[in-house]
Amino acid sequence: MSTDLRPLLSVKDISKRYGSHIGCAGVSFDLYPGEVMGIVGESGSGKSTLLNCLVGHLTPDTGEVVFDTRVDGPKDTTTMSESERRMLGRTDWAFVHQHARDGLRMGVSAGGNVGERLMAVGERHYGDIRDKATDWLERVEIDAARVDDRPTTFSGGMQQRLQIARNLVTGPRLVFMDEPTGGLDVSVQARLLDLLRGLVRDMGLSAIIVTHDLAVVRLLADRLMVMKSGRVVEAGLTDQVLDDPQHAYSQLLVSSVLQV
Amino acid sequence: MIELKDVSKTFTLHNQGSAVIEVINDVSFHVAPGECVALTGASGAGKSTLMRMIYGNYLTQSGSIRIGDVDIVKAEPRTVIAMRREVLGYVSQFLRVVPRVPTLDVVADPLRALGVSAEEARARAQELLTRLNIPERLWTLSPTTFSGGEQQRVNIARGFVHAYPAMLLDEPTASLDATNREVVLSLIEEAKAGGAAIIGIFHDEAARERVCDREIDVSVFTPGLSSCSGSIGYQKETAA
Ligand SMILES: Nc1ncnc2c1ncn2[C@@H]1O[C@H](COP(=O)(O)OP(=O)(O)OP(=O)(O)O)[C@@H](O)[C@H]1O
Ligand SMILES: Nc1ncnc2c1ncn2[C@@H]1O[C@H](COP(=O)(O)OP(=O)(O)OP(=O)(O)O)[C@@H](O)[C@H]1O
Ligand SMILES: [Mg+2]
Ligand SMILES: [Mg+2]
Repeated sequence: MSTDLRPLLSVKDISKRYGSHIGCAGVSFDLYPGEVMGIVGESGSGKSTLLNCLVGHLTPDTGEVVFDTRVDGPKDTTTMSESERRMLGRTDWAFVHQHARDGLRMGVSAGGNVGERLMAVGERHYGDIRDKATDWLERVEIDAARVDDRPTTFSGGMQQRLQIARNLVTGPRLVFMDEPTGGLDVSVQARLLDLLRGLVRDMGLSAIIVTHDLAVVRLLADRLMVMKSGRVVEAGLTDQVLDDPQHAYSQLLVSSVLQV
Repeated sequence: MIELKDVSKTFTLHNQGSAVIEVINDVSFHVAPGECVALTGASGAGKSTLMRMIYGNYLTQSGSIRIGDVDIVKAEPRTVIAMRREVLGYVSQFLRVVPRVPTLDVVADPLRALGVSAEEARARAQELLTRLNIPERLWTLSPTTFSGGEQQRVNIARGFVHAYPAMLLDEPTASLDATNREVVLSLIEEAKAGGAAIIGIFHDEAARERVCDREIDVSVFTPGLSSCSGSIGYQKETAA
């Protein structure tokens, strides 16, 4: 059977306090290449705090985030230099924000938004950049004719797809997403999910997806972590956690939605 | 190929007064390659529960469930996922569809996940859909809007598209007409001939008699539920 031996990301005992208030506490897990992990839990349970600690937007009080870098192998990203981590953020890592406008440059054309990330990793040939940008717009089902339009003229769903194109164009190995389908209406969500699912499989991506939507994790995630009050209360195979939840809180969470 | 040892399962409903439902107590049996074993027993006896435990969909509290050389009870999620991709097939009672995906791709999907080319995977999917009498005009549509029987046949096509060495079938012939029932029974016979170890739940007694080599009465292992078969062949010792 084919399973990788070394985790892509190894998270050990991550905690973050806001003053005396717990953001998240004692979170550990390993993520293997090609795995998609979902994080669910009620509002305020620490999902975004955890995600932001993992990508370095927040500095955790304790713990390690060890990433298997291409060049140097496993490295703790919480202690690496700011410039090194920023480079990771442009190459091997991608972060899809809940609000597309936080992840896009609204004053720059759609093509420019995608091309910018390519330039950040050293691509210089204008024609190549434009071709790649156009190709990615099509992959996320945005009409190539809109390449010169600004994202301000796009619908919410289109903006979100543009943000995904911008993030994936550099071929990252690990994608972090915070509520990628939040704020979109249901049919737009379904389309986006289908798109993400295809991309994850075709590109062999690993991903960590924070969401409150159990249907989203059922569809996208191999594994699931349930958080409550900053702590992981249950973790396992997605369909097992959803169909046979063990913890009282997971049972409540699953039983409070109609059907997933 | 499939071996259960001292397997038990209880559900604890934390939000309903912590009610504890004991469903399975101490089941042991094994299924050899090329063999088909039926799970029988009254409604609520725990047939589907046991099957879901073998699939890793339900957690098993104690005992071991070996598929080949992997113990599903202790395996990590990624190992279970790899097992499901390569070794362990499951035809559930209902098709769970991914929105917008055409039927042909739904069926070809397990092969694509194994790295089979799109062309080859689709050819195999077409072959199965044709055998299961799903009209070609439906292949490009999502099965979401199909009839119950059509969905069930899509589900079966998907379940048989890869030659899994171990298969779990939950009521594969329910809601099918005589012609399609016949097709499904032939698929099972062919899988057996190909060396698959199969566990099935069939309410259809004639189907069970035709494809199953043995029966295991799950009621025997259900605390508080007495066996409704009474047959000696179903006792724990012979089942193991
Ligand atoms: N900058 C901050 N300062 C103080 N407390 C904060 C800050 N950010 C988050 N918190 C608190 O930390 C806890 C976890 O918040 P977090 O944003 O991680 O939750 P979440 O699970 O992402 O919730 P939601 O589903 O609503 O997005 C909450 O109690 C929140 O009020
Ligand atoms: N996820 C679950 N949570 C709690 N209890 C469950 C769960 N799944 C099944 N059960 C309980 O386990 C028992 C066995 O159910 P199961 O579905 O396995 O029966 P079955 O033998 O397949 O019956 P049928 O012939 O009606 O399909 C039932 O009491 C059922 O309510
Ligand atoms: Mg949040
Ligand atoms: Mg059943």
